[in-house]
Amino acid sequence: MSSGPEKHQLLAGGQAWSRRMRRRQVLRLRDDEGTACVSALFYNAHDPLERYNMADTLKAQFTAFLTEDRVLYSDMGRVMCSITRDTCGWHDTISGCGDAAASARRFGEGSYQKLRNGFHRNARDNFLVELGKHGLGKRDVVANVNFFVRVGVADDGALAWVPRKRKAGADLASFVELRFEMDTLVILTNTPHPLDPSPTYAPPPVTLSLFEGPAAGPDDPCRIFRSENERGFALTEAYVAEQRGAL
Amino acid sequence: MTAALAESELDPARARLDVVLPAGQGWTHELHAGETFRIVDLEGNQAVDTLFFNARDVDERYSATETIRAQGNIYLTTGTALVSSEGRPLLTIVADTCGRHDTLGGACSAESNQVRYALEKKTMHNCRDSFLLALAQHGWGMTKRDLPSNINFFMNVPVTPKGALTFEDGVSAPGRYVEMKAEMDVLVLISNCPQLNNPCNAYNPTPVRLLVWPAP
Repeated sequence: MSSGPEKHQLLAGGQAWSRRMRRRQVLRLRDDEGTACVSALFYNAHDPLERYNMADTLKAQFTAFLTEDRVLYSDMGRVMCSITRDTCGWHDTISGCGDAAASARRFGEGSYQKLRNGFHRNARDNFLVELGKHGLGKRDVVANVNFFVRVGVADDGALAWVPRKRKAGADLASFVELRFEMDTLVILTNTPHPLDPSPTYAPPPVTLSLFEGPAAGPDDPCRIFRSENERGFALTEAYVAEQRGAL
Repeated sequence: MTAALAESELDPARARLDVVLPAGQGWTHELHAGETFRIVDLEGNQAVDTLFFNARDVDERYSATETIRAQGNIYLTTGTALVSSEGRPLLTIVADTCGRHDTLGGACSAESNQVRYALEKKTMHNCRDSFLLALAQHGWGMTKRDLPSNINFFMNVPVTPKGALTFEDGVSAPGRYVEMKAEMDVLVLISNCPQLNNPCNAYNPTPVRLLVWPAP
């Protein structure tokens, strides 16, 4: 949690967002209603050829999903950000994101011409718009993260949407915190996941909070989660030192 | 998905292309719509890292996530449409005597080998180097930017219901093959995996045979 100033922004349903996060900054995503899907892509802020890599993230940590103490790897063996807090428990990264065709199949046409600014924005188009602002495009879209989404895999490989369960006396709200280990361009879209069976287009607002955090110490839980992560942090810290002018 | 084992009736003597790709080599090729492409695991348990692109517009390329979501299953086998980033089938798997292929495990790289095994492993040969060299030599103008998550034919990467992901010994064996029909003109990019650190190649990378039959 933070001790210094925080900045809060509302990411309304259907909207995209991007900005460069500096090393040590923390981005908290809060899903107040418990029905959000925030799809995300990550690029090295100084060299976007380096980007989030789903396979390397999963292989290094022997996992098929993301949660607290796990980290997001780039394709260059570096830790882009660490999940330092998570009250949701499962974030998907294997099932991709929706596009215009998937949105039309589930929710009907939803065009701008009919709905004006309430039109049904979808994740892929939002990614392309937001990537375009940074000179990036279709070639840069890779397997993304879906925060607040759980997609299970059965023994036979079948995918299944897992609805969030309401615990007695508790609401479905949850949050996840990302601590950036290197300067990273973050692209977010708050749009329905194509496996979500809800028949209504109603992506809820998500609160984004930004604050400064401490760097990962030697006993940081994300660093020591596995020896793979210790090596990933070592490679990242060497790279950050190079960026700052070290030989 | 239960293993959908299905044999092919195509005769190798009638193939328009029949080559052996040694372990650790990259390969590129253009397939025309309607052609059939077969990869044979000659000695067993060899991972064949593969990407496909629309030959007329390489911005449209294989998407692991679109493919698994389209069929609702993480394993690729007979009947699987290999779906593009635009949601269209690039190829369809029409025969498979192995039964299960991976598309979550990605490709090895010098840097991921450092993370996964040891910082000193940076010097080992890896799939991304083969991809980059093949693209640089005859890659239709593509670069590192054009390397999304790939297919690993013959590789076994099970996911458990609790979300664990592991690398297991292969389910393939000498002579097993997978065959797919091109649904459009597609570019093929292969790295015949040189990984020596895990069981994806049974610790012994081996050659594969690649065949192409013209459209009937």
